[in-house]
Amino acid sequence: MKSNRQIEHFVAPVDETPLLPTDTLRVEAAPLSLWADAWRKLRRRPLFIISSVMILLIITVALFPGLFTQTPPNQNCLLANSEAGPTAGHPLGFTFQGCDVYSRIIHGTQASLSTGVLSVLCVLVIGVTFGALAGYYGGWIDAVLARLGDIFFALPILLGALVITQLPFFRENKSVWTVVLVISMLAWPQMARITRGAVIEVRHADFVTAARALGVSKFGALARHVLPNAIAPVIVLATLELGVFIVLEATLSFLGVGMPESIMSWGHDISAAQTSIRTNPMILIYPAIALSVTVLSFIMLGDAVRDALDPKSRQR
Amino acid sequence: MTRYILRRLLQVIPVFLGTTLLVYYMVFALPGDPIAALFGDKQPPQSVIDALRAQYHLDQPFLVQYGIFLKNLFTFDLGVDYTQQPIAATLARIFPVTAMLAIEALIIQAVFGVAFGLFAGLRRGKLFDSTVLVASLVVIAVPTFVLGFVFQLIFGVQLGWAKPTVGANANWETLILPAVVLGLVSFAYVLRLTRTSVIENMNADYVRTATAKGLSRPRVVMTHILRNSMIPVVTYLGANLGSLMGGAIVTEGIFNVPGVGNKLYQAVLRGEGPTVVIIVSVLVLVFVVANLLVDLLYAWLDPRIRYEK
Amino acid sequence: MRFKRTSTVLGMAAAAALALSGCGGGGGTTGGGTASTDPNKVITAYSNEPQNPLLPANTNEVYGGRVVELLYEGLRAYDPSGKPINALAESIDSSDAQNWTIKVKKGSKFTNGEEVTAKTFVDSWNFAALSTNLQNNGSFFESVEGYDAVSAVTKSTTPDGKTTSTPAPKAQTMSGLVLKDDSTIQVKLAQPEADWSLRLGYSAFYPLPSAALKDPKAFGENPIGNGPYKMAKTGAWVHDQSISLVRNDDYNGPRKAKNGGVTFKFYTDPGPAYTDMQADNLDVTDVLPSNALKTFTSDFQGRNLIKPVALNATLNIPPYNPNFQGEAGKLRRQALSYAINREEICKVVFNGTRTPATEYTSPVLDGYSDKIPGNEVLKFDAAKAKDLWAQAEKIKPYDASKPLLIASNTDGGNKEWIDAVANGFKNNLGIQAEIQPFAKFAEVLNLRKSQSLPGLTRAGWQGDYPSLYNFLGPVWKTGASSNYEKFSYPEFDKLLQEGLAAKSTADANAKFNKAQEVLFKELPGLPLWYQTRPIVWSNNVVSAETGWNGAVLYYNIQAK
Repeated sequence: MKSNRQIEHFVAPVDETPLLPTDTLRVEAAPLSLWADAWRKLRRRPLFIISSVMILLIITVALFPGLFTQTPPNQNCLLANSEAGPTAGHPLGFTFQGCDVYSRIIHGTQASLSTGVLSVLCVLVIGVTFGALAGYYGGWIDAVLARLGDIFFALPILLGALVITQLPFFRENKSVWTVVLVISMLAWPQMARITRGAVIEVRHADFVTAARALGVSKFGALARHVLPNAIAPVIVLATLELGVFIVLEATLSFLGVGMPESIMSWGHDISAAQTSIRTNPMILIYPAIALSVTVLSFIMLGDAVRDALDPKSRQR
Repeated sequence: MTRYILRRLLQVIPVFLGTTLLVYYMVFALPGDPIAALFGDKQPPQSVIDALRAQYHLDQPFLVQYGIFLKNLFTFDLGVDYTQQPIAATLARIFPVTAMLAIEALIIQAVFGVAFGLFAGLRRGKLFDSTVLVASLVVIAVPTFVLGFVFQLIFGVQLGWAKPTVGANANWETLILPAVVLGLVSFAYVLRLTRTSVIENMNADYVRTATAKGLSRPRVVMTHILRNSMIPVVTYLGANLGSLMGGAIVTEGIFNVPGVGNKLYQAVLRGEGPTVVIIVSVLVLVFVVANLLVDLLYAWLDPRIRYEK
Repeated sequence: MRFKRTSTVLGMAAAAALALSGCGGGGGTTGGGTASTDPNKVITAYSNEPQNPLLPANTNEVYGGRVVELLYEGLRAYDPSGKPINALAESIDSSDAQNWTIKVKKGSKFTNGEEVTAKTFVDSWNFAALSTNLQNNGSFFESVEGYDAVSAVTKSTTPDGKTTSTPAPKAQTMSGLVLKDDSTIQVKLAQPEADWSLRLGYSAFYPLPSAALKDPKAFGENPIGNGPYKMAKTGAWVHDQSISLVRNDDYNGPRKAKNGGVTFKFYTDPGPAYTDMQADNLDVTDVLPSNALKTFTSDFQGRNLIKPVALNATLNIPPYNPNFQGEAGKLRRQALSYAINREEICKVVFNGTRTPATEYTSPVLDGYSDKIPGNEVLKFDAAKAKDLWAQAEKIKPYDASKPLLIASNTDGGNKEWIDAVANGFKNNLGIQAEIQPFAKFAEVLNLRKSQSLPGLTRAGWQGDYPSLYNFLGPVWKTGASSNYEKFSYPEFDKLLQEGLAAKSTADANAKFNKAQEVLFKELPGLPLWYQTRPIVWSNNVVSAETGWNGAVLYYNIQAK
């Protein structure tokens, strides 16, 4: 960033003047792979360190909720405590049904986090693969994959969810995976389109042409040169979708096509808190904060990763 | 170019057939008899139900039903829904309303998303950037029903700036409030996509070249950085038009907008095959055209992109 | 919502409304001479898209029902307390409860000038009952002799083994329905029914002009009636948006409109309607969002009314569930009932807008009793619940491999109370219990009709006409139309039949309440609570009130 300011004086920036790095090529050194290079840069970034610590903490809460609360979340919900404020042992008060808010949030982490992360991963795998192939090869591959995306994109999510949840297998076993399947089935086209657009943008870039001229195979160029340079919008989309998917789970569960009531999740809490929105909105705000913190961590992580992967924004 | 456009438009046919077949089958596979469900707790004589089932060809096997549907479609007979209303009239009523809503929302998110994103990208890591990050987190983490409700209460009831609901008088003015709510979630996407692209492009060679040539800072930002950052944003906006048209269930519900999302939702819940399939088919056409426009925009935004060999 | 939409709302109040409630001057709580009223102003009201063309005999859901009731006037009407009074009927007499003579008042006209005579009624009723006309309310004529012939069907089996029935009437008119002269109808029922005339205020019995019988579908779009209101213009029904009615100045019955008209605005969700109410953008709503139950009395101070309606809720326990069969099952059903704290749920979840049930019907009905032997199972008693459950365990252990599910559609604001009931089971019986949510009402109905519910189900009944029998017969009688769980108690059926044949209403009610004792012994469903219908109104109107069935008396609302 510094360099930009200096450019305005129409003088080449100081740090560009020395010709040494490009002059002396250490031919004997093994070239760092793109990922290894990125990792070396990544681990020194404060943004990365902070976000990793936060994500590790969230994962710990998800795996061992018992470490963070002794209150069993779903037992002894007494209507007498309905919407009551904080008391000793119940720092965030009670829900409409008289359950402990704090305990429900802690115990809901697992389902919410796994719904969000798994859905995003599935969407990434399908969407990036299809999008990259469509954008890079063009022609009939593009036509088939992109139109396939159009079809799935047009499916109303509720309809998809209703049909999937009544398949014999899922009817009896509604779980996190049901929600993940529904979400990824209907959300991949968006990811595919973004990837496709980004790939189309870079596929004719000079460095791709150069790589091809140097004998890199067409697919190799896609994997090693095109994709890393097209990844930025994908990361942005993925990190934001994480939050959106966790909230979407709430909507699906609320409609009866998501997870059963016994699996606790922030989504359940948020949608159940609708009842209290006029009387005690804090019941809704607490799980929303948990959600925000999670999404924030992943957005920061995504930002750091993107920076590390982007050869242009390298900062010495 | 014309050939490319023509070819793309021809692709509508398989997409259309694929979508209608898939959606028709999904509605067909839904559990529960939609006709019986029309009557709720108080069921009419079975003969009434059976006669209605026959009227809607629900007593036929799936492929026959689908065939009848296609045949009617090609004779421009969209038929009636399960409440005896002509579907064509329904389409003519709901699509203009939702189109207005979607366009307003699209403009709001495009203008504010790009402007804020550009600014945040240029001043990366500064106060403005962080503030905008927090703001976008809020719209992501707070569900639409809450945002809509709060906006409605503040602007509709307490301040009285706008009518809290839309109802029968849907026009550009009454739709502003729902459009803002609808645009907010996507606003976060547009903003962050713009910001990231701007950051990437700020260090690109052509930007340095432009600056070195002596172009003014605003000129560099607008014509070089921004224009080249637009591809992911335009892609997203194009794809998003679809969700705005068909997926605005919650927002349309809160603001009582008699639009596509609301109707589609009701139709799915009632298992009204014909209505669902026809609405979705129109939506598919919208997507295909929107995506084509986006692809044409790519070529305009980045002259290196060519579709014709 | 779903429940409300699909249930039948009936007769608006009529003649005696004026005399009985003294609302000539505005009625309700805030009425009085202070505000100047504008008798020609049109008021707006909450509603939703009617599900059928607006033909009285075809309208069996609330949102069409409330329009139909303003457009037509029948032989009888119900006063706000549910008491039937004569409207277009001069007299309705019977000496043996089987042969009825109905005298129709002369001189009443439809808004197109056509006169309403005895023949109008006979034609309309035959139209409604004839199975080929596919009228949803056709079965309301089932008591009339000859209904079997006009409603006959032929059954056929499709290749995949499903039976379908096709209308195949053996006669075009009911033999028991005879037009004596221009103003007299003679009705013969298939068997004596003491309370038959009670139902003559229901919309299925409204008269139709001859145009309706020629082209019912077109007529249903722009109906012509004889009631206190008429359609504002051709096309006054804007689908998915609104229906506009204006006052019928020629109407000279008991329900004379006190405003210039009613515009029903359609909402797919009660939430936005409530917000519109707060902004005085809507004048009256009778459906409150569940998140406003705690605030509506303060949001609308002096502008709300809570009145009980003929609508109850039960929790049905399917007889095919192995956990609830036999002696152990009976004990468990009792234990479940004792484990529900109805008092607390009504107070906390419903904020007093529902009252704990004491029997299987509704307290607004004539003949209601809160002292039916056996109804002590409706009192919350955690210790007793645990004890009964333990006793059942000794006979046959409970299969706890799956949580006890309570099936319900999710679009009706039911989740809150089902969660509370499930928590009660968890806390007091130590079993796992939770809601089994369904997005589509059709799915729950499907499971109920095919006897494949995995657990319990929510159920409820809204009265078609104010009679105990209407709450017991269609729901709990063997083979009855809404007895989806296929309960069957011969003794109960026998007592109901005796009640129907009783000479006086009091005798009949005694039998019906005796029949309820059987239900309390068997507990096929657990009565939960009775509904009230809270309504709120805007600053633009003086006040509003509801009739026996919770329907707003729109014609009585005065605009400021």
